[in-house]
Amino acid sequence: MTTSRRKFIKISALGLGGVAASTTALNMFGASSYIDELVKENVAKNFKRTATYCEVCFWKCAAWTYTDEEGSIKKIIGNENDPHCYGRLCPRGTGGVGMYNDEDRLKTPLIRTTVNGEETFREATWEEALDLIASKFNGIKEEFGAESLALIKHGAPGKHLEHLFQSFGSDTIAEPAYAQCRGPRETGFSLTFGSWVGSPEPTDIRDTKCLVLIGSHIGENMHNSQVQEMSDAIDNGATIITVDPRFSTAASKSKYWLAIKPATDIALMLAWMNVLINENIYDKEYIEKYATGFNELKEHVSTFTPEWAYGITGIKPDEIRKTAREMASASPSVIIHPGRHVVWYGDDSQRARAMAILNALLGSWGRRGGFYFKESIKVPEFPAPEYPHPKWGWKEIGAKYPLAQMGITTEVIKCAIPSEDNKYPVKALMVAGTNITKSIPNKKLLEEAIDALDFMVVIDTMPMDVTGYADVVLPECTYLERYDEIRSATNREPSIAVRIPAVAPKYDSKPSWWIAKEIGERMGVGAYFNYTDYKEVIEWQLQQMGTSLEEMEKIGVKHFPRKSGPMYLNETGPHEFPTNSGKIELYSHELKNLGFDPLPKYTRHPEPQQGFYRLNYGRAPMHTFSRTANNPNLNDLKSENNLWVNPKVARILGLKTGQEVWLKNQDDIISTFSIKVRVTERVRWDSVYMVHGFGHQEKKLSRAFGKGINDTELITTVAVDPIMGGTGMRGNFVTILTENPHKNTEI
Amino acid sequence: MRYAMVIDTLKCVGCSDCVVACQTENDVPIGYCRDWITETVNGAYPNIELELKSERCNHCENAPCVRCCPTGASHQLDNGIVLVTGDECIGCGACIESCPYDARFQHPDGYVDKCTFCHHRLEKGQLPACVSVCPTKCMYFGDLDNPNSEVSELLKNRKYKTLAPEAGTKPQVYYLI
Amino acid sequence: MQEELFTSGRNLPHIDPSLEIWHWPISLYLFLGGLAAGLLFFAGLITVLGKEKDYPAAVKYASIISPIALTLGLLALFYDLTHKFYFWRLYTTIRIESPMSWGAWVLLIITPISFLWVFSYYSEIFPKWQLKYENLNKFEKFLKGNRKNMAYALIPLSIILGVYTGILLSAFNARPLWNNAILGPLFLVSGLSTGAATIILLAKTQKEKHLFGKIDLALIVLELGLIVHMLMGMYAGSEVQLEAMQLLVGGEFTMMFFGFVIILGLIAPAILEFLELRGFKIPVAVPAILVLIGGMVLRFVMVEAGQITRYLY
Repeated sequence: MTTSRRKFIKISALGLGGVAASTTALNMFGASSYIDELVKENVAKNFKRTATYCEVCFWKCAAWTYTDEEGSIKKIIGNENDPHCYGRLCPRGTGGVGMYNDEDRLKTPLIRTTVNGEETFREATWEEALDLIASKFNGIKEEFGAESLALIKHGAPGKHLEHLFQSFGSDTIAEPAYAQCRGPRETGFSLTFGSWVGSPEPTDIRDTKCLVLIGSHIGENMHNSQVQEMSDAIDNGATIITVDPRFSTAASKSKYWLAIKPATDIALMLAWMNVLINENIYDKEYIEKYATGFNELKEHVSTFTPEWAYGITGIKPDEIRKTAREMASASPSVIIHPGRHVVWYGDDSQRARAMAILNALLGSWGRRGGFYFKESIKVPEFPAPEYPHPKWGWKEIGAKYPLAQMGITTEVIKCAIPSEDNKYPVKALMVAGTNITKSIPNKKLLEEAIDALDFMVVIDTMPMDVTGYADVVLPECTYLERYDEIRSATNREPSIAVRIPAVAPKYDSKPSWWIAKEIGERMGVGAYFNYTDYKEVIEWQLQQMGTSLEEMEKIGVKHFPRKSGPMYLNETGPHEFPTNSGKIELYSHELKNLGFDPLPKYTRHPEPQQGFYRLNYGRAPMHTFSRTANNPNLNDLKSENNLWVNPKVARILGLKTGQEVWLKNQDDIISTFSIKVRVTERVRWDSVYMVHGFGHQEKKLSRAFGKGINDTELITTVAVDPIMGGTGMRGNFVTILTENPHKNTEI
Repeated sequence: MRYAMVIDTLKCVGCSDCVVACQTENDVPIGYCRDWITETVNGAYPNIELELKSERCNHCENAPCVRCCPTGASHQLDNGIVLVTGDECIGCGACIESCPYDARFQHPDGYVDKCTFCHHRLEKGQLPACVSVCPTKCMYFGDLDNPNSEVSELLKNRKYKTLAPEAGTKPQVYYLI
Repeated sequence: MQEELFTSGRNLPHIDPSLEIWHWPISLYLFLGGLAAGLLFFAGLITVLGKEKDYPAAVKYASIISPIALTLGLLALFYDLTHKFYFWRLYTTIRIESPMSWGAWVLLIITPISFLWVFSYYSEIFPKWQLKYENLNKFEKFLKGNRKNMAYALIPLSIILGVYTGILLSAFNARPLWNNAILGPLFLVSGLSTGAATIILLAKTQKEKHLFGKIDLALIVLELGLIVHMLMGMYAGSEVQLEAMQLLVGGEFTMMFFGFVIILGLIAPAILEFLELRGFKIPVAVPAILVLIGGMVLRFVMVEAGQITRYLY
């Protein structure tokens, strides 16, 4: 390499006053800021790096935050030793800087007040806001019991508040990540294999020979290590089979794209089972050794031939056979991916069961290139008194869904609506780290419940839509400005990561651990918060685990050896699966006993009426749900969602790319804002598609306000999974309006 | 030494991490970009092809922007990297007009800006920010004069294309197809 | 169906969806530069031929326009720079491959000469306003004595200036509309034609008017020929060039191009000048002004339409 200009400037800048002199000379001509900047860049580029793990999504990749000498955050780079990201963050993680820099952030506590008959927020001190919360909470606790205080939460802040709620005796806790997201697959897989899939999914994608994605769109969801391993799998020549009515990014990387008719996935999977069993290409040894209920399964699927499925799914029998054989030939290094957001049609646990059964037939659970046995290390609990035992909580509230394993948000919310037979009255609600108006369907129910509440607190970093419903809004600092729980990853081998503040909290924002502690002390449960800084908790825990904060500051991620045995099945001896029978349960007695189908069945789901299109929604790789829409860096990449419309539909309705339209759903709910059409072959003629998380109604989100449509507001028909309470959201249909329906109304 | 970038379109998912990584690495102002993602869809449902590509300055071997620059602010290093020296640039716009890839833009401070292949990182032995961050590892960077480099090997063994080759600029960003 | 879109990034200010890098000042500058080139060429040529006495407008009165045109042009050019206070960087280097560079240098030489040229005629043009300083009078005399030398310099310099205004655009391979070898000669001929038109406007004698009427007519015919040639070249060109040509012959610039440049700016004045030479009574100012407007519109059309044409996106 020859001497470059940049180098030249660098050397002379370092060397002598010559450049300083010429810089002054240049100043006569006005801006020489560029030279100044170059000098600065090259002389003073001494970045400090601080260990953290990302909070822009739930994947929690470990990373380094780089700050310059002035203490401003310049960039965030993945931690090379982290099994969640292998040193490469996704766009949202890289753009996490924008979460810190966003000038629209919540800056001070806000309290609802009435000025001239109009409700508004006024700025308040932390003292005042916390006192108000504590006195309201204490009042409700005395009158109705601590159980009437409910928490809906997500992510790292949720953990601290969960601790607070459990300290004062409430277990009325739920998160959208369960009933609005991955709940059904956890139920379906634990019924079959005895354990949850969990996060990150223990899919051995990097070593797989065949990856089957059913409605899962890796690449549009940036579940980091999954995306990376899928790329490795492509390099290794793995076959990818994608089942999706939409031509997703993953579909474009696939050898087989099965353009399935929406809501018919179970039929396809039953036909696959039929082929595997009929053609005798399933993993006989594995089934014989580890599974029960094979004969019932064989009997059950005997009539579900590819020809039968063709009429339902629209996928040719030949294609079904070919793909089944492809899976069998890759067996056991094959993955029927459990997916993540799987609350679709209300029979989602059964669909997850079908996936689990297919994995069992292919012998992939506990096999290289299939699913590995994940392991994590337990982080010792910081000493605190035992939690009191609430009289009721999420379990009782969700009791009619026998296999719900976590709180069901919608059920908890329903408890806020007063009625005669409501045994579990919820009086106050705290929402932390989740924008429930965009994460929980059925806005009418939500608003009715919120209306009935005595008191509502929202904790967030941004003025999300949900903050508009609160009585008190607390500004949380971002993950870059705080300590949080140690992240213990469930992975091929156990590892931990720490989150250390790179800078002090901006504005008057505070970390959630501090908020929890302050409220706790005011409510008389200070004993549960026996520390002045959360740093002490981490220090203590790290010490117990044989490391230290000093060490973690330097390495960010620490690995521990496996203790639970090998990563794959030890096939020389017997293996006990954590199910009732100790075997993989193809036929589920548990379901049978509860009155559900012991084997998955295909049920027909509603289809769009004339003039209506199924509303499908998904992810864009540069956004996390609705929380990143206002992030300056990520908004720069994608500032609004588009409505994907098939060219055939566009021709009938006379739609053009870029045209603004409004949507009306089957329940006559009209979208608040408009959306721009994208005419594309990537979507079926019977559905439309949009990326979830746009159409923000809060004006304080200066970049995101009014951009695109919020799909969740159009999801008013919910198909509830009777097994675990998941809210199936893919059965909503919209018609496209080309005229502004709000012409005469103010938004 | 002749630097080149090779991008595997079979792996790229268009996540745009390269775009935001460039933005934070190079202090590119919000609203501007030195690299970007394009999407091309061909065919009819259900026989469709989709190509996602990360695009940027092609650091052309035959760089028209360097030729037309009246002050020498746009220049090419011996390793092939085309750079703009901000304090030699008068903002005449000739190089912007000359670029068949429209890869240059006017920085809000007035000078012309574009991808540098993260020249400042290369000097420290690091890869360009976009390459180092890509979650699909679809981007490769190296020396085409070295026949054993990863990029040379890829171009030897895989089918590839360049963008607008008819413009005759000999672009040095290659796309594996 | 084929679809091409940006997933992210782009929408760069002034770049997308089409370039808006060069604005009206550049078009104006190209016009004024061409005009000055034409005027200085004729002044130089008449002087070298020793016919100053016969054609006083060409050497004397019209040449007042050139320093003004050049100054305004340079101001316009400067106005369109986005990193203005570094403009002096132009004169720290000569870059042979950059038309902009040698254009800047030619301007640096020809602009002072155009001022000196006018100054050499100072007492003839402004007989009422005596120069107050003896040194200035001496300087004027010195210049007067060197007019022929200046004229020798002006002829090549003005041709370079005229050609340069076209080559500035045609050197850009990336803009298919501009990228043809005809643009240099076309802009030179157009510049000469606007120069001749200006001389016709300012000429007092019938003889001078007629000479430049003939010259202008010949230049217009030549210009029309070059435009046909340019379009034929594009018609036989690659897809991007065909698209570029479409802008002129069947697109948003067709009206401007055919209406103002070809019909009003070339064909109409050609007919009028021809008739006038044949003895019809026609105020010569009319074709001359039409030529000037046509020349100006040609620059605006070419600069704006050229920036719409691109290879990708």
